[in-house]
Amino acid sequence: MSLPNQANDAITFDTFMEGIWRQNPVFVMVLGMCPTLAVTVSAENAMSMGIATTFVLVSSCLLVSLIRNLVPKEVRIATYIVIIATFVTLVDYLIQAVSLKLYEALGAFIQLIVVNCIILGRAEAHASKNPPLKAVVNALGMGIGFTIGLFALGGTREILGAGKLFGMSLFGDQFQPWVVMVLPPGGFFVLGGWLLLFSLLRGRKEARAEA
Amino acid sequence: MNDSLSLIFISTLLTNNFVLAMFLGLCPFLGVSGRLNTAFPMGVATTFVMLVASLCAYGLNLLLTYFNLDFLRLISYIVVIASSVQLVEMVMKKYSPALFRALGIYLPLITTNCAVLGVALFQTARDYNFTQSLAFSLGGGAGFTLALVLMASLRERLQLSNVPTLVQGTALSLILAGLLSLTFMGFAGLGGGG
Repeated sequence: MSLPNQANDAITFDTFMEGIWRQNPVFVMVLGMCPTLAVTVSAENAMSMGIATTFVLVSSCLLVSLIRNLVPKEVRIATYIVIIATFVTLVDYLIQAVSLKLYEALGAFIQLIVVNCIILGRAEAHASKNPPLKAVVNALGMGIGFTIGLFALGGTREILGAGKLFGMSLFGDQFQPWVVMVLPPGGFFVLGGWLLLFSLLRGRKEARAEA
Repeated sequence: MNDSLSLIFISTLLTNNFVLAMFLGLCPFLGVSGRLNTAFPMGVATTFVMLVASLCAYGLNLLLTYFNLDFLRLISYIVVIASSVQLVEMVMKKYSPALFRALGIYLPLITTNCAVLGVALFQTARDYNFTQSLAFSLGGGAGFTLALVLMASLRERLQLSNVPTLVQGTALSLILAGLLSLTFMGFAGLGGGG
């Protein structure tokens, strides 16, 4: 994490936008890959996963930031993990209560939010050094950035692999679905493709800056 | 589920390979797979942690179910995993400091390796008994090591070849992983699937 360790508490627009664009967890930092690839077989799953992760991210960052001066340095990681696990358990039971269908579709991956590197990374790199409000704004940005990334992947895979978006058929009956896209290899290919696109854009931007 | 031990082992090793079919443990998979001589020890260390975590999780689950404390499952699993990683770290630091330095940050990160927590969660979800959990975690660890070693060998080869600068880095690794995953789908008939 290349965040400069500055002691300023001001909340700027960048605090929020950082996670959405400059440090997007999916496309720039390539963090939290496991849920990213595993649940993005459809846009709906991807959105739900993104929202669940955002909730855990924001609440744990808030709590971590509130207790940041009380936790001894040696046990901080363990403390963060326990905080995160608590919120994940909360989300797990919540989703089970709200939509059993969704719960079955996401399966163990809801509980696996605990080991999503983005959350621990944010708690350690940002929330533990900043006041609560700033931490929350930043976490919210990160969460939204993650959700957008998941949605981009899930949408692409659902459109290519099933010819649908949010369960609605897009191309009519003639469409031959590209089945491999909803299978595991497709996850790798689609994310690889998106990363290619982003490095292409970045390359162009740098070339323009030099010219 | 009432699967035989060999079936569980083969299916977690090949058909439902943790990395290539279930997307578990991708961070170390992409992070440490640059060189073959760190990839293999990393795989072995992860396998060991998986084994310990799986056994502890089995015992813990019995305890938690007995006391009706299901909601504590996730928290207690993660604590168990964190402590076994600490154990591996201490052992490795003592016996192989060079390897310890080579693995660097990725060693403590085994804690946040989804594959380890995945083993614990899936074996609980599938109601595996003691020996089945053992076979499951060994298969999972072996599968993880296999994927890591394959990937590392491929990437070592790629360093010698001429790749467009645009594709280099994560994008290339992901496409490689996709191809590997495609290959592993060929095992789909083995062991009757998931």
